[in-house]
Amino acid sequence: MASRHRSRVIVGFLAAPLLLYTVFVASPYVQAFYIALTDWRGLSAEADLVGLANFAELSGDPVFWKALLNNVILLVTLPLVTIGLALFLAFMLNAAGGPRSGEIRGVKGAGFYRVVYFFPYILSIAIIGVLWTNIYNPINGLLNGGLRAVGLGEVQPSWLGDERLAFWAVLAVLVWNGVGFYVVLFTAGIKAIPASLLEAAVLDGASRTQIFFRITVPLIWENIRTATVYLGIAALDAFAVVQIMTAGGPNDSTQVASFYLYQNAFSYGRFGYASAMGVVLFAVTLALSAFTLRATRRERIEF
Amino acid sequence: MALRKSSGPTVTVAQAFLVLWAVVSTVPLLWAVVSSFKSDPEIVADPWALPKMLRWENFARAWDSASIGTYFGNTVIVVGGGVTLTLLLSAMAAYVFARFEFRLKGVLYYFFVAGMTFPVFMALVPLFFVVQNLGLGDSLGGLILVYTAYSLPFSMFFLVAFFRTLPGEIAEAATLDGCGEIATFFRIMLPMARPGLISVGIFNFIGQWNQYLIPLVLVSDDSRFVLSQGLANLAVEQGYAGDRSGLFAGLTIAMLPILVVYALLQGRVQAGMTAGALK
Repeated sequence: MASRHRSRVIVGFLAAPLLLYTVFVASPYVQAFYIALTDWRGLSAEADLVGLANFAELSGDPVFWKALLNNVILLVTLPLVTIGLALFLAFMLNAAGGPRSGEIRGVKGAGFYRVVYFFPYILSIAIIGVLWTNIYNPINGLLNGGLRAVGLGEVQPSWLGDERLAFWAVLAVLVWNGVGFYVVLFTAGIKAIPASLLEAAVLDGASRTQIFFRITVPLIWENIRTATVYLGIAALDAFAVVQIMTAGGPNDSTQVASFYLYQNAFSYGRFGYASAMGVVLFAVTLALSAFTLRATRRERIEF
Repeated sequence: MALRKSSGPTVTVAQAFLVLWAVVSTVPLLWAVVSSFKSDPEIVADPWALPKMLRWENFARAWDSASIGTYFGNTVIVVGGGVTLTLLLSAMAAYVFARFEFRLKGVLYYFFVAGMTFPVFMALVPLFFVVQNLGLGDSLGGLILVYTAYSLPFSMFFLVAFFRTLPGEIAEAATLDGCGEIATFFRIMLPMARPGLISVGIFNFIGQWNQYLIPLVLVSDDSRFVLSQGLANLAVEQGYAGDRSGLFAGLTIAMLPILVVYALLQGRVQAGMTAGALK
């Protein structure tokens, strides 16, 4: 009897979450594979199977290749810059206070910095996109206004309107948005390093640079790995910032796969073609996470 | 000794970098707040100048004519419903996975957790039609259900780990004392799981409050827009229409609640947001 009651609880507790998850998450993923094989153009019932025609068209679509290339550049630069900056700041916050009475502590005001650095991360990416569009505004934006104020009135880039600058301007916003989160993440890792290890290193005459590369980085390697995966996912996304700030332009210089997919589906009504892009993105994501986890695998250091 | 000698300038340089990044993090936000008090000509004349007077009417205009008030209300409803439902359903599922042995447990668990790994873009087109076909397009209720569904995998994954750390004997003792499983769950296990629920709740509150892609795809009726979507839409419209001060006021209204919540609970927010990464 007790076991009948128990199985009723199991079914009762799992039914609603399982139903919601199946309908709105699992089933769309499965359907995407099927829709990718059709020429479906939307609300009409007409959808003919066209085999791999969408994928063949994709392989010859220069805009899609440009978008993927931009994603790959983001994939390399976004983690590199964000993690580099965050590691540096986290190290400065926690271990750069200098040894005083044989103890290593953070700099003054470390708590304040951690709070402030987190601000950009908790805001909606849509708000950030709108805000930075205004900051980059060539005529009355914060940046060019600042350049004028320091006497550089001649240097007035059009930022998001400039084909050579737009992509890097978008990257800068993504870095600005993320750094604070990773400072907090790395700080948690650095705090977990036993003080005795750092004291021993200081007594042995290790310099700050040596402490950073020989002790801090290896001991928080797990956190750096996690950060790489998270930032990799963000680099494959980049949707909101591109959609709001540049719409992929100028001249496709900031086009990314997610936005091109969205355009094809919801602006051009090419649902089959867009789904094929989704499938390619899915494959790229899987391959990259597997690759990242393998490439960053190291002997785990227990302490 | 050598280190101490070199520590003077190094610490100064470090401090300078720390201050610099603090400025970079805050100035854009402060600029939006300051600009929201200016008039349009002031904004155009000099982006760095302070407002000559505090024009509160910008906020009134953004709230009413630019519908920020409506978007704000919609967001409160959707996020309130979404977070509550997410917490309830993920706790129920997590409890079952953490405490009982049953057939298909492993399969079901991985079925759920798999949802954390796929990019949402892949599902975008079918999701749109699933929601349309259920008659939930353009509705706040539809958004609540979809937000919840996409929040479930991580929330459940996190809470399973949390329920496992709770002593099982207490639940068993309660059951032996004649407390039914459901009563045990609501009266004993949920209260014990409070710290975990708070972390998951904060994580989902911020994630759902800031959600942009899902409402953009599922809602096209602008009386049902949420804040992030309404604001982006406003920026596109007003970029040319010229009510820049109204836009900045809208930005400020959208930023403030989340910054206030963060300022009040910053330790908990940081813990909640990084909880997933540290597991």
